[in-house]
Amino acid sequence: MALAFDEYGRPFIIIKEQEQKTRLRGLDAQKANISAGRSVARILRTSLGPKGMDKMLSSPDGDVTITNDGATILEQMDVDNQIAKLMVELSRSQDYEIGDGTTGVVVMAGSLLEQAEKLLERGIHPIRIAEGYELASRIAVEHLERIAHKFEFGENNIESLVQTCMTTLSSKIVNRCKRQLAEISVKAVLAVADLERKDVNLDLIKVDGKVGGKLEDTELIYGIVVDKDMSHPQMPKQIQDANIAILTCPFEPPKPKTKHKVDIDTVEKFEALRRQEHQYFDDMVQQCKDVGATLVICQWGFDDEANHLLMHRNLPAVRWVGGVELELIAIATGGRIVPRFQELTAEKLGKAGLVREKSFGTTKDRMLYIEHCANSRAVTVFIRGGNKMMIEETKRSIHDALCVARNLIRNNSIVYGGGSAEIACSIAVEAAADRYPGVEQYAIRAFADALDAIPMALAENSGLQPIETLSAVKSQQIKIPTRVMQENNPHCGIDCNDVGTTDMREQNVFETLIGKQQQVLLATQVVKMILKIDDVISAAEF
Amino acid sequence: MAIERILKDDASEEKGERARMASFVGAMAIADLVKTTLGPKGMDKILQSTGRGQSVTVTNDGATILKSLHIDNPAAKVLVDISKVQDDEVGDGTTSVVVLAGELLREAEKLVASKIHPMTIIEGFRMAAKCAREALLKRVVDNKTNEEKFKMDLMKIAKTTLSSKILSQDKEHFAKLAVDAVLRLKGSTNLESIQIIKKPGGSLKDSFLDEGFILDKKIGIGQPKRIENANILVANTAMDTDKVKIYGARVRVDSMAKVADIEAAEKQKMREKVDKILAHGINCFVNRQLIYNFPEELFANAGVLAIEHADFDGIERLALVTGGEIASTFDNPESVKLGHCKLIEEIMIGEDKLIKFSGVEMGQACTVVLRGASHHVLDEAERSLHDALCVLSQTVNDSRVLFGGGWPEMVMAKAVDELARTTPGKRSHAIEAFSKALVAIPTTIADNAGLDSAELVARLRAEHNKEESNAGIDVISGSVGDMSELGISEAFKVKQAVLLSATEAAEMILRVDEIITCAPRRREDRM
Repeated sequence: MALAFDEYGRPFIIIKEQEQKTRLRGLDAQKANISAGRSVARILRTSLGPKGMDKMLSSPDGDVTITNDGATILEQMDVDNQIAKLMVELSRSQDYEIGDGTTGVVVMAGSLLEQAEKLLERGIHPIRIAEGYELASRIAVEHLERIAHKFEFGENNIESLVQTCMTTLSSKIVNRCKRQLAEISVKAVLAVADLERKDVNLDLIKVDGKVGGKLEDTELIYGIVVDKDMSHPQMPKQIQDANIAILTCPFEPPKPKTKHKVDIDTVEKFEALRRQEHQYFDDMVQQCKDVGATLVICQWGFDDEANHLLMHRNLPAVRWVGGVELELIAIATGGRIVPRFQELTAEKLGKAGLVREKSFGTTKDRMLYIEHCANSRAVTVFIRGGNKMMIEETKRSIHDALCVARNLIRNNSIVYGGGSAEIACSIAVEAAADRYPGVEQYAIRAFADALDAIPMALAENSGLQPIETLSAVKSQQIKIPTRVMQENNPHCGIDCNDVGTTDMREQNVFETLIGKQQQVLLATQVVKMILKIDDVISAAEF
Repeated sequence: MAIERILKDDASEEKGERARMASFVGAMAIADLVKTTLGPKGMDKILQSTGRGQSVTVTNDGATILKSLHIDNPAAKVLVDISKVQDDEVGDGTTSVVVLAGELLREAEKLVASKIHPMTIIEGFRMAAKCAREALLKRVVDNKTNEEKFKMDLMKIAKTTLSSKILSQDKEHFAKLAVDAVLRLKGSTNLESIQIIKKPGGSLKDSFLDEGFILDKKIGIGQPKRIENANILVANTAMDTDKVKIYGARVRVDSMAKVADIEAAEKQKMREKVDKILAHGINCFVNRQLIYNFPEELFANAGVLAIEHADFDGIERLALVTGGEIASTFDNPESVKLGHCKLIEEIMIGEDKLIKFSGVEMGQACTVVLRGASHHVLDEAERSLHDALCVLSQTVNDSRVLFGGGWPEMVMAKAVDELARTTPGKRSHAIEAFSKALVAIPTTIADNAGLDSAELVARLRAEHNKEESNAGIDVISGSVGDMSELGISEAFKVKQAVLLSATEAAEMILRVDEIITCAPRRREDRM
């Protein structure tokens, strides 16, 4: 065990209560880590691709989630193992960075680990494996760049964007109406995109859902939907050409933040206070009315008296609107958020062509639609579906599709999907491996083998013979010379949907270049990190 | 070396076949549970709550049954959820949706056992659902333009819905009641304005629809019990000591005399408020909040009827029926809209005194008074009536109507069967399975009625092979009958929702190949 000596040469034990702590070292530690990483990957492996299956997750409180999204599965799994947690992190960072391909990245990392284990058994030092992987990943990323295509799109030519989003959606449960959802996502992203700067702020797209109806009723609203209704039941339910005052101050008497007391000791003072209080409400409503507002949206509550005054003066109002929604409304209507009644001016009002209340089903659920806004830079995707889990899953799928569309606007390069990009990289890495002298060569070859895992999993999930299919596609990629200058044909992938062709260009299966590159890089990074661990110390159970 | 455990201690993981079996078993168990409540001869369930009081509910309503179950199986939860959504969205068909989803999964299980991939099954189900929906669309009847016929349709739908409930004895009476109530809404689906008051006593037949509005409150003492041509002010304001709302204000006095002064001022304030209210020229004042003794006395003196503590819904409905606005300030009597009604009187139902507003201006709202032998009967009657009202209000908006009694299922099954015959590939097995699942619904209806289901369904199928057949199961006579003659109808919207949600749910459960259950959150034992 770990025995150390202090400066006087006296031995002491570094780890306290040694026998109670479990400790793994050397090869054992590495193998334990690898096996943990692989078991996480194994869970996700069956979710890959258009014929991938879903997972049902039951949370600690008994809520059920059904999903196909790698990041969500891992997030909600009660993972205890440290290495498994690293894999969860990996999937999450892919989600934050790219938004799509969260399953693929974990599966790739798993297969890299699997290959590394074989090399370890042959006595190759983990650091050399890690370095070999690093080299190989660079080759793969460069090769991806080479086989990537750029395509053009514009406001009116969104077909290629829609196709790419459809590829993402086809692996989800919503693939029944993927065309419609893909169009909604692309339109939503284009509506808020800054094409000059090539940037999209996804915060401007609100994804909201309500159970009921059917998936086909999902719609894109150029405006904001708020899950609130008018503060007074008798206020008008529809307002044309609304001037909206967006307030963050309550319709209540002011509450100065400094501590104070108002002492009342005479009847006169009592009367004065009463009159003043009355005056407050009157002033507040009058100020809103004076600047020409026809709708008040407020972050806080209203006093009953104020509520009636508003109603009385014919000024519809909405209360308890959340901060995020308030900001979105401000962006959409071009208004300013006003913190004090005194600062309310006509310029600060937001404009919307139509504000209406819509009720759903047999319960008294009502939502407020704010449409035809002055600045339609904020949009809402409103999802309908048969049950709560369906809505949640659709939300996640739409999020993925939105991310893909955003990535394409940032960088309009695509690679072909269906595992074709991985196969092409595998071929390139394999070819490059021979040029490297030294032990790294083996690691690079292993990397090439690991890349094959994704098309293999795709084929397996689609009910095809994995090895047979993969080898057929691989030979196709090498053999058929194309019109393009490359000697290989990187468009051949796994025919998951049984269409009859392996050419992914014909099947219109696209993925984003940055998504793929990021997958390779992130997976390699995490595997390197895991390989470098040679000592696992876990704390004793309490 | 042993595979590292990656999940937490209590978390569990089920894979592949096992996971699929677990979800099939769960879903089927739920479907079988509610299956016996289906149809006019369906049986009820007794639900006993585990909470304090061990309250008992007797019901036939699928959504209510499922809502009160404690379920651990995640797939079963999916079914409970669709039933709940069905309840919220269309109000009826909550049992059918679960039974159909359960039957779909039962059929799917057989297919999975014969080595057909779930994805292929899903594909087949989707095609079948689409085809079934189109088949229904072809046969819908829409009588929107003909008011007389439309009302007949509504009556039929209401009767069909009610016939499976406790109200079936008096379905004629209640169907009329429900249709009247819904037609008053004039197309709005806001069922809030139909108030249901439950009073134990009498029999279900004594239930009635009141055109006016009944408020379950008592009239203050010493105030008039009957007002003709009432002007009503509906308000939401504090009628106890009016609080000073300015923050940090407090009363600090140094002598008893001053306390008396302040008290007098307070009283004066209240008196002024009452005066202001009286200045509206009203003879009835309804407040959402409490009215204290002092203002109540003032109102009594002025000969004004003051009703305190009407709940929020009551206030809103009252404002709606009388056409007044809900007021909270009283400074401008000339611009506040008052509510009007011809007569306010105190009526007795059973032993309780209620206030009835009749001859109201706007006829939108109305009140249904339910009478019955016990609380359980009343609760169930309310749920049944609610179902009927929901369906009717949805039908008013979407007036497409279908026949009932297993007719739509047979129409769909026929179309789906044809599709199966023309579809190549493994999918056709799934499509065939879909049609079998559809036929399970008339089978269940017949079974529940104690009829020979195999015989009846076979005859029904033969009838349906003729063009444009209207045949369905006539549970009363125990034979196959013409649904248009028997007057059994269902709303298209309900059937469509049943079809789509059930398919969606079955699809969702089929796609699962792994169940990961997290460790249940530990709760501290509250001893």
